Amino acid sequence: MSTLVEPSRGGGFRAALRAEWTKLRTVRGWMIGLVFAALMVVLFTFLQANGKHTGYCTTPNPSSCVAGNQYVPTGPGGEAVADTYEFVAKRLTGDGTITARITSLAGRIWAGATNEAPSLADTQPGLTSWAKAGLLMTPSTRQGSSYAAVMATGGHGIRFQYDYTHDQAGLPGSISGTAPRWLRLTRTGDTITGYDSSDGTSWHRGGSAHLAGLPTTVYVGLFATSPTTSKGSATRATASFDHIAIGPLAVGAVQAATGRWHGASIGTGPQDFYTTLGNGGYRQAGDSIHVTGSGDIAPAVALAGGDTASDSLLFGLVVALILLIVIGTMFITSEYRRGLIRTTFTATPDRGRVLAAKAVVIGGVGFAVGALASAAAIPIGEHVMSANGNYIFPAASLTVARVIAGSGALVALTAVAVLGIGTILRRSAGAILAGVVIFVLPTFTGPGIIGPTSSGSVATWLYRVTPAAGFSMLGLLPRSGLVSYPYTMANGYYPLPPWAGLLVLGAYAAVALFAARVVLRRRDA
Amino acid sequence: MSDALRAEWTKLRTLAGTWWLMLGAVALAVAASAATTASTHVSPGGPGGAGQDPTKLSLIGIDLGQAVVAVLAILAVTEEYGTGMIRVTLAAIPHRGVMLAAKAVNIAGLALLAGVPAVAGCLIAGRLLLPAAGLGPTHGYALVSIGHGPTLRAAFGSVLYLGLIALLSLGIGAVLRDTAVSTGIVLGLLYLPPFLAQLVSGPWRRHIQQIAPMTAGVAIQATRNIRSLPISPWAGLGVLAGWAAATLPVGLAVLKARDA
Repeated sequence: MSTLVEPSRGGGFRAALRAEWTKLRTVRGWMIGLVFAALMVVLFTFLQANGKHTGYCTTPNPSSCVAGNQYVPTGPGGEAVADTYEFVAKRLTGDGTITARITSLAGRIWAGATNEAPSLADTQPGLTSWAKAGLLMTPSTRQGSSYAAVMATGGHGIRFQYDYTHDQAGLPGSISGTAPRWLRLTRTGDTITGYDSSDGTSWHRGGSAHLAGLPTTVYVGLFATSPTTSKGSATRATASFDHIAIGPLAVGAVQAATGRWHGASIGTGPQDFYTTLGNGGYRQAGDSIHVTGSGDIAPAVALAGGDTASDSLLFGLVVALILLIVIGTMFITSEYRRGLIRTTFTATPDRGRVLAAKAVVIGGVGFAVGALASAAAIPIGEHVMSANGNYIFPAASLTVARVIAGSGALVALTAVAVLGIGTILRRSAGAILAGVVIFVLPTFTGPGIIGPTSSGSVATWLYRVTPAAGFSMLGLLPRSGLVSYPYTMANGYYPLPPWAGLLVLGAYAAVALFAARVVLRRRDA
Repeated sequence: MSDALRAEWTKLRTLAGTWWLMLGAVALAVAASAATTASTHVSPGGPGGAGQDPTKLSLIGIDLGQAVVAVLAILAVTEEYGTGMIRVTLAAIPHRGVMLAAKAVNIAGLALLAGVPAVAGCLIAGRLLLPAAGLGPTHGYALVSIGHGPTLRAAFGSVLYLGLIALLSLGIGAVLRDTAVSTGIVLGLLYLPPFLAQLVSGPWRRHIQQIAPMTAGVAIQATRNIRSLPISPWAGLGVLAGWAAATLPVGLAVLKARDA
């Protein structure tokens, strides 16, 4: 041989990549297996979605709603919200301001079992930390409307909040007769600004909200509401206000707020999903007004009882994982079985490069199978679930894209990890056994398998430290710092944030691949 | 037949892998039981505080150990196809039914042999660890003891369960002939239905638990609340026996119909 051209490094890897892709592509059984894996995801998503039947109402209107079915309002940002409170309001036209002093905030908590309908008969005194009462401006009393409010809370001091998700802290401390708080809301154009004060003379600006398209006439008044405790007991709260003043901003302008106080129980009908304690109401005594309400003005979390777009995806993905574990294992072990590995190493002497090429090919194929399958399955599952009357928490398209990419990454990383295990063990049976035991079984920590006493803590632990953590990428249930709720696995929340969970799975894959590389270089083929 | 038995026994006995897998099955089962019972905490007043089944909980490791037993049984037939040994085997024992029967007897025997220490280890782990988990005499639960009739049934039945799992896996291995595919199918068949059963509701859940080999088979481990089970203990083991009895003849039919 006269000339032997050493291929460039990059070209070498590209050649290795092409070689590995050809090896995978030309085994008919594997290609059938990959297509089958994707189909299984779609099939089981459909079957699982089809088995879910709950009745939700699409409107709050009782006449168009089956009795007993619930309605979950949608906020201005498209998110699911709780919007259930007692409102004592007047109409305000044009720019204006409302001021009031809140002198007490007290409540009662349902003392019975959380699965019974709460009634006032069995309660004990107590104020939940996110009980709210204060001043509120809104263009409409329809549930899910835009609003801005400044309020006293049970345990979080004075807050300025608007449009359900925005929150700013004001003066700390709780309300009492000796420590009342003064609250003020001012409207200027589309901007609503909240103020608080401890004496009514020196005011502190709490925050401001720009509510686009605010009509000239808005409702302005006093409100009270009180959410369920983190243990699920319904509560109610009563607030007392005095020194109430509504007026125009400009001196000498026409009287902006007119008429009598008008009480409204927002969202407390039988259709509302939020569990309330008794009926709200208000009482006027001289210059003071006492408002009693139950419910919440906040993002809705899993207590709305709804499903998510990814809820039906889990089982199909596990089936696909098992198929990819088998194919990922065979991708390397069959080379050892047939002796092809020696030809492979002759063609590409750099063993690390061979392993890297194999990992890229099986990882890429795994990602494609997982992502394409879930991209097809999610809309199907969502459609079937809504047709069955299930409520599905709205999710932004970027969030759904995260679930789709997450499904792909989950399958890809598992396939790569099993490729590593297969390289180390060289035997199909052992690698598949290890793959299923390490990467699939921890996922099954439901009460049916791990045992009758499978405590939530065991499942939580497994979803933190084992490869099951990767499934966190499927989590779509809304969380909120403004709602005290047990965000536990029992309630459908993964213990880790999505990307952290994927990182845990990625660490397993990295360790397996690294160990495989070390072993591959040291041992004879 | 006795020659066939001896031949198969020699092949299994002289493979180091056989003994490692048996050791692995026992170790995995006992370790899983110990880990589960050690991490269990039942508060007396809490949900699920009453009506726990300490025996069933102790035997949870068998759910994991069975995977290794299944692999052992699959390898007994698929490895021969992988290495080409099957042609020698069939030249020595031309009657394929006799050959498969000899494999089945040996593999089932090994599974039962691994089952005895595995089950004993699981029960001992439960006996030692469950009192601290809130399932001991101070909480109204008897110590896990083989002298207790239903526990004896669960222990004996769990050993039989492993034997039947081995036969089922052997049958599937004989049908599919490939180690990787057979392992994937058997593990999927064992572990996926119980998972699926949790996700579906209504009568389907019960039906899946009644027909799937694992969920039906482990009914034998129950010692309390038998009436609330989807299937009674012996009937459940019978369903698993049915699975084994169905796959072995299919394996034989494939063996007879196809070239080795």
